[in-house]
Order: sequence, then C-alpha cells, then structure tokens
Amino acid sequence: MIGLQHYLVVSAILFVMGVLGIFINRKNVIIILMAIELILLSVNINLVAFSAFLGDLVGQVFSMFVLTVAAGEAAIGLAILVIYFRGRGTIAVDDVNRMKG
Amino acid sequence: MIDSASLLAVLPELVLTAGGLVLLLTAAFGGDGTARVVNWLSVLTLLVAGLMLPVSMEHGPLAFDGLVRADAFSIFAKALIYASAGAAILLAPRYFAAGGAVRPEYPVLILFSSVGMGMMVSAGDLLTLYVGLEMQSLAAYVLASFMRQDERSSEAGLKYFVLGSLASGILLYGTALLYGFTGSTSFDGIAVALGDGVGKGELFGMVFLLAGLAFKMSAVPFHMWTPDVYEGAPTPVTTFFGSAPKVAAMALTVRVAIEALGPAGLDWQQIVIFVALASIIFGAVAAIGQTNIKRLMAYSSINNVGFALIGLAAATPAGVAATMSYMAIYVVMTIGAFACILQMRDAQGRPVESIASLAGLSQSRKGLAAALGIFMFSMAGIPPLFGFWAKFLVFDAAVAAGLTALAAFGIAASVIGAFYYLKIIKTMYFDEPATAYEARGGAVENVILTACAVVIVVGYLLNPVLDQASAAAAASLF
Repeated sequence: MIGLQHYLVVSAILFVMGVLGIFINRKNVIIILMAIELILLSVNINLVAFSAFLGDLVGQVFSMFVLTVAAGEAAIGLAILVIYFRGRGTIAVDDVNRMKG
Repeated sequence: MIDSASLLAVLPELVLTAGGLVLLLTAAFGGDGTARVVNWLSVLTLLVAGLMLPVSMEHGPLAFDGLVRADAFSIFAKALIYASAGAAILLAPRYFAAGGAVRPEYPVLILFSSVGMGMMVSAGDLLTLYVGLEMQSLAAYVLASFMRQDERSSEAGLKYFVLGSLASGILLYGTALLYGFTGSTSFDGIAVALGDGVGKGELFGMVFLLAGLAFKMSAVPFHMWTPDVYEGAPTPVTTFFGSAPKVAAMALTVRVAIEALGPAGLDWQQIVIFVALASIIFGAVAAIGQTNIKRLMAYSSINNVGFALIGLAAATPAGVAATMSYMAIYVVMTIGAFACILQMRDAQGRPVESIASLAGLSQSRKGLAAALGIFMFSMAGIPPLFGFWAKFLVFDAAVAAGLTALAAFGIAASVIGAFYYLKIIKTMYFDEPATAYEARGGAVENVILTACAVVIVVGYLLNPVLDQASAAAAASLF
C-alpha cells in the first residue's frame, strides 16, 4: 500500500536533487533552470498528495497556481539567459564572475 | 464570492494593474519616445493608488473570504512601498539617458512589481503570499537586467533570477508542508492548527517558509545574492531594490510570523534572533573592505534588516510597531543616500561608483557632501538624526520583551557598523580631492535629496504621526 509518506519521500528526494543541481552543477546555466523546475515539481507532488490525503481541494488548486507561475518564471529565466549570452558568448556557470567580493 | 466590498478593498491594486496595462500598451505602440510621459503617468498612477488606500481600508479588513486583508498594517506598508517606488521612477531618467536610451518599460515594470508587493503585504493566505511574492520577483528579475548591453547588469539579473527562484522554491516547499500538516492555507487556519502543539512536520514547514522569506529580505545566511545584484543592477533599480521590496518582504515576514505562526512564537523567535544578530554582525564586518559604494550599500542593507528584525524578535505589539517605524525611516535614508550616489557622475555624465572618487567632495559639491554626510551619520545611528530614533525603538522593544542580551549585542555591532559610514564622511571631508564630479545634479534628484535630508534632520517632529500609524499597524495584527 502506498501511503502519504511515500509521496513525501519522493518529493523530498526530488527537492534535494533540485537544490544540489543548482549548487553542484558547474557547467551550464540551462541545467540550473531544469533544477529549478525540479524543485517546483517536487512541491507540486507534495501539494497534490496532501490534498488527496486530507480530502481537501485547496492543495490541487495551489498546484495549478504553482504550474502557472513556473511557466512565467521559466520564460523570464530564458529571456535573461539570452541577453546574458548575447553579451558574453558563454553560459558556463564558472564564467558568471564579473563581480566578486 | 466576489462582491463589491472585496473589490473596493483591493482598489489600490486594481488602479495599479489597470494603469500598468494601459501604460504598457502606450509604450508598445508609442515606442521609446513616450518614455518621459509614461514616467510621469506611472508616478501619477502610484499617487492615485496611494489615495485609494483609505477607501480600501474602509472595506477591509477581510476581502475575498480572507485571502486578502486591507488593514492598518497593509496600508502602512503600502504607503511606504508606493512612495519608494515613485521615488525610484523619478530618479531614473537621467541615469538611463547617460547609459543609452530612456525606455518606458522601466516605470511599467515598477508598477507591476508594486502590485505584487501590495499583494504580499495584504496576504491572508499562503496562496496570495506566493502569488504576490512571485509577481514582485518576476518584475524585479527583469529590472535587474534592464541595461541589456551592460555585462554586469545581465549578470546581476541572472544571479538574482537563479537565487531568487531557489528562494521561491524553498518557500514553496515550506508552504506545502505547512498546508499538509495543518490542513489549511489560510493564516487563521494555520494559527488555529498550531494552537494545539507544534509537530515535526509543521516545524519543518515553518523553517523552510522563514528561510525563503529571509532570502527575499536578504538576511544572513541567505544574503549572498545582495552585493552582486546591488552592484550589477542599474543604480535606479538598486535604489528600488533597497527600498520597496525590502519593506514588502519585511512586512510579509512580520505578518506571517505573528498572524499565522503566532502560536509557535517560541519556536520562530530563536530563528529570528539568530538571523537578526548574524545579519547585523555580518553586514557590519563585511562592509569594511568594500571599495564600491553600491556594494557597500548592499552590506548596509543587510545590516539594517538585522536591526529591523530585532523588533520582530520581541514578538510584541511594541516590537512590531518598532520594526515598521524602522523600515519607514530606513527607506527615507536609503532613497536619500541613493539620490546622492546617482549624482556621482564624471564630467561627461557617466556614473562613477568607487568610494575613492568621493574624496574632496566637500570642496567641489558642498551641498551633496553635506547631504550624504547626513545620511551616513543617520545610518550609523548618531543622534540627533532620525536613524538613531529607529534604532532606539527596536532596542527599547527588545529590552521591554526581556531580550537584553540581543539588544546589547546589537548596540555593540552598530558601533562596528559606524566605522564604515564614518569612513565615507572622512573620505569626503578630509582626503585629497579626486577628479570632481559633474557640477550640478538634476532638479528632480535635488528635490528628493533635500526632502529626504530634511526628514532625517527634523524627523522628530513627525514622531506623533509615525508612532500613531505604526502602533495602529501593529495593533491590527494582534
């Protein structure tokens, strides 16, 4: 029988993978965008699982809002990435170092 | 149920949204030539929205079944937010004119961001909290990378976007856990559920939520984006980031902590105390070695957020009132200081950012040097300037709540902070003159600068008004 805690564990694993994807990844900013999506999706699993087990619809409504905002966020992230690439000609994470201190 | 009372309660947001959309279309059809008009009309929109605040309060405090609140607290925060957003718009044209073209998207983005901030401070539910926060942040990411040709600006935008999204993700994870373990997303519902004991899951959710909020106010240990974004973003945008979003994030944190997490006060109090102390000490120490004035202001803002959090740590009505007063005074000082920084231009009108270039300013630009001196003394908390009163209020509230050790550490650290503020004054008044700046500042800049300086000097005359407003704001949360 699959219970609430199974969903929570899956979601926690995805969340940690997303956070690690942002900090460990040294190659490519696009991977960071994917990691951010992973974090938001892990939250959605949480919300829907809670919603189902509580018998309360709010969580599912919430997850629709999260999906919508995530789409907007990805669009803005890619737009910023494009102007960054135009200026610098690279999107390697190690090169994002014009400012330090 | 959507009824007219609910719609009237969010009238300021409706005005801002409608104004923003109309101005966006004006900008889209009219091109860059409309920039000046759009600029002034945006300020007008903010002004109208500000005038609608009393109307919205009459139809509060609850709207849309408690999703939104229009109470004295949100009105206080929104008045501050609109004022600082207006100042950030007014200060911008000269800077952008020197760096290329004045574009009409800038004021429109600030309007959209203000809608989001308005929603943040009047959130009564985790859902409104999240949507408001994202509306504010999405506009802010674009603003940070507004100078598209400038490598530092686009890098600042990228960094702000990645770290800001991470913060939103962390905050969202916390809201999901809180929802799951309390069974409600409304602040009242969460408070009721927390009333009969705080479980492990609820504690986890609370920590994640507070971590995400700390990110947005740039409190240690989630401050790492601040210096880079402040330095890289165009200076008018930095002015904006230093004022309005800080107020919104702080007000949101206070509301969540008191209204939703109030019954778990003992649990979050230690988190807030740690974050406050760490921010004060880190902000003071890390600022010492800075050579770029915008970076220095970033560390200064981290330091100030720490002081404001001391009021929240007290978790009393007096403490909340002190936090809100602190933010009001901080916003005036920040906008004034940035109005000075915006005037740091070489003879060709290009912006200069190094602290060393301030040397000898007292001879070439007496008024500017005096004004920057006032703001620096005030930020250092030296009486009789208004910045002292802000610090006094939070320390007073902390001592009254029995947090004497916290207040003592805070005062000690504010002495460290005084060092780098005084260093700027020393550079301006006692160092060998460097190359002089442009001889005159813009008229609008000078007006804002003078207004802020006057408020800081004779601020005590405003005390009855400020005390009453902040006390009413705090009372509406308890």
